[in-house]
Amino acid sequence: MRYGETGFNLEVDLSQGKSEKVETDPGLTELHLGGQGTADKILWDRVPGEVEAFSPDNLLIFSTGLLDGTPVPGANRTIVNTFSPMTNLHAHSVMGGFFGPELKYAGYDKIVIRGKAPDLVYLWIDNDKVEIRDAGHLRGKGCHETAEFVRKELKQDKVQVAAIGVAGENRVYMASIDSSCGSAARGPGPVMGDKRLKAIAVRGTKDINIARPAELFDVCMRLNKELAENPKVGDWMATDEDDSFHHDNFAWGNARTRRRGFWSKELQDRWTNLKYQHMDRQRGCYNCPKACHNVISWPGRKRFSYKCYGKDTYHMAAFQELDFSYDILGVAQEYGVDSYSTPQVIAFALELLEAGILTEKDFPGMPADIRGRFLYILERIVRREGIGDILANGVYHAARQIGKGAEAYDHNTVKKFEQLPIKLKKLNPPYFLMIATGEKMSITQIEGSFPQDPLPTREQREEFVRNWIACPDDKFKKWFLEWEKREVLPMEASCAITDWNEAMHYIDDSIGLCGFVSAFRGQFGGRTAYHVWNIPQLITLATGLDFDKDKLWKAFQRNRNLVRALNVRRGMRRKDETPPADHWAVRDHEYEQKLLDAYYRFKGWNKDGIPTKETLDALGMDYIRKEFEQRGILTS
Amino acid sequence: MKTIIKTIKTIKIDPLKCTGCRACEMACSTFHAKPQFRIVNPTRSRIRVFWDEENDVYIPILAGEYTQAECNSRYIITMNKKEYGECSFCRSSCPSRDLFKEPDSGIALKCDVCGEPMPEGGPMCVQWCASGALTYAPERTEEIELAEEEVEEGVEEL
Repeated sequence: MRYGETGFNLEVDLSQGKSEKVETDPGLTELHLGGQGTADKILWDRVPGEVEAFSPDNLLIFSTGLLDGTPVPGANRTIVNTFSPMTNLHAHSVMGGFFGPELKYAGYDKIVIRGKAPDLVYLWIDNDKVEIRDAGHLRGKGCHETAEFVRKELKQDKVQVAAIGVAGENRVYMASIDSSCGSAARGPGPVMGDKRLKAIAVRGTKDINIARPAELFDVCMRLNKELAENPKVGDWMATDEDDSFHHDNFAWGNARTRRRGFWSKELQDRWTNLKYQHMDRQRGCYNCPKACHNVISWPGRKRFSYKCYGKDTYHMAAFQELDFSYDILGVAQEYGVDSYSTPQVIAFALELLEAGILTEKDFPGMPADIRGRFLYILERIVRREGIGDILANGVYHAARQIGKGAEAYDHNTVKKFEQLPIKLKKLNPPYFLMIATGEKMSITQIEGSFPQDPLPTREQREEFVRNWIACPDDKFKKWFLEWEKREVLPMEASCAITDWNEAMHYIDDSIGLCGFVSAFRGQFGGRTAYHVWNIPQLITLATGLDFDKDKLWKAFQRNRNLVRALNVRRGMRRKDETPPADHWAVRDHEYEQKLLDAYYRFKGWNKDGIPTKETLDALGMDYIRKEFEQRGILTS
Repeated sequence: MKTIIKTIKTIKIDPLKCTGCRACEMACSTFHAKPQFRIVNPTRSRIRVFWDEENDVYIPILAGEYTQAECNSRYIITMNKKEYGECSFCRSSCPSRDLFKEPDSGIALKCDVCGEPMPEGGPMCVQWCASGALTYAPERTEEIELAEEEVEEGVEEL
């Protein structure tokens, strides 16, 4: 018997119209945990490096986290992995909500989807009964609208649905997959559309077994109370109305303009009123005591929910106020587009228009006002109409397709992916490394454990490191105590900090924990609820597999190198690890390259960012080493 | 005969506070598992959250009595201009639906306020509810004649 996990994957072949329940190898759980870790092993084994994102041979994998559905609070993520058409690299995508746990209760750890359906279909998983059903009547429907239709059609209110909207159907590169309050961005939406899979509906009524039940429940009960009472976890923006951080520091428009001093008391009061006038409630994800999602009813629009910086991206790209985000979010979420990338693509298009590279002829019938323009361009993008067909490929590809100097306006992408609009003066060395070498395409999926900035006084720093339980090693305390200027950190510290930051995300993405109670939230106050000291215990109690900090760390290293290997096999090299030229005003090329060298060495990668023979063999991944040698990527 | 006033407590539900997280379902199902905590399965829970995302309605419902016959006193509730038919908020397990039944055997489930003895800190669903939607609170007082020392579970002496 398997504990914590079900021990089965659902294999679906959409070309053949077949599905099969397949038992998995428990040894892989020991090596990779679950979630993205085991999904990437499947991608390595079954998707050769030459397979394009839109090939029927590309796999689309929905994974539950190893701890999803157990009593562990906040373990509810659905992790979606594939190869992305935007980057032609590994796509890392996670969403909260309820889908992952429901899938596990249906008896599966993953759904592995291959092939392409001849026409639009949806998948109906009712425990062991799996049907591929016609979805012609769902064509053009919004993500949440689809979920409602499917629930009614199946006469099941307790069904979880993950769906794409019009954007996904049209293979828009920024398309997301949405389920309940969760949204999986950064790659898998267009692949789901390419496979002509409109939605997956799942209902599960089976048991998940727990290896050491009473102990796990006892620990989780305490964790649940701790999470509920701890203001340092969850989305502080759900209750703290002071959002000067993003508005005064992040860049507006096409990641161009900082507006220092934009935030004011008057604005805060006005926006707070606006929010509470339109907010129905704050929602949580499955088995989590936090309520991070603001549910908003806006006149004339479909009800939507948002969390964190997701409320700012549209109005900041459009130089508008919060009411504009409220007006467009309900529309954009039903179309199913990533709210981080999409506003930048629209702002980029308008910048090209202003520069004369695009002309009014490219936008027939576009309204004159900025709000109307955003909605107009969004509409063209999701339907791939006119210029929208080019913009739907994201800033990097659109710039090259448009040409005529448009490439210069693509100033905020790394590895062809739109980055957060952050433009700063001086370089924070771990941030250089995270943005350069991250393969999850967004800094929010990499940063999170070590504070972003030093604290001003020694006393404050001492206070911070006191009871810094999440800290995996005392060296981080020493570095933090001695850290005075953002740009001055020892190279060794910068490498280790980057490593720790991404370690926590890799762990979360394999066990299903939300970054807001774990990986992302340590940086603000250092009081995250989950860390390398208690996660191994939770894994052991839930699964019966003995884990300790070192074994957990090794699983992270294995999963990290697996993503790197997948991307190296697809051609990614050091040249691709370049943050935007204008991310920081003050740059020092020589120092940055030395830093990158040091980090590659720290990770056990060669000068080109490729895991070395020694690294791969030490992690038991000689199968990767052998293929690299065969392909001439490593010399034997 | 000696009499005392006893306060009867009950699980109270405030749907407006519910975040829809369903931690109550998780906790109930694993608490009532045999052996205890051995499995998790919300379908076995004696509390289920009525779920309507479209209309932002989340209502925890506690399993009530089993009824052998299908109900003939069905009704429609209108809330926020949306009609909820028939069984939506019914607490009973009955022949006409799957709710509040063991998924394998079909045996009816009923909330027992976590049985005897009551867990320290109150019923499990209440203990896991962080939003305040579920509380274990006084419902009414009763004057009780005491023949001898006796303590009832779920009943607290004043």
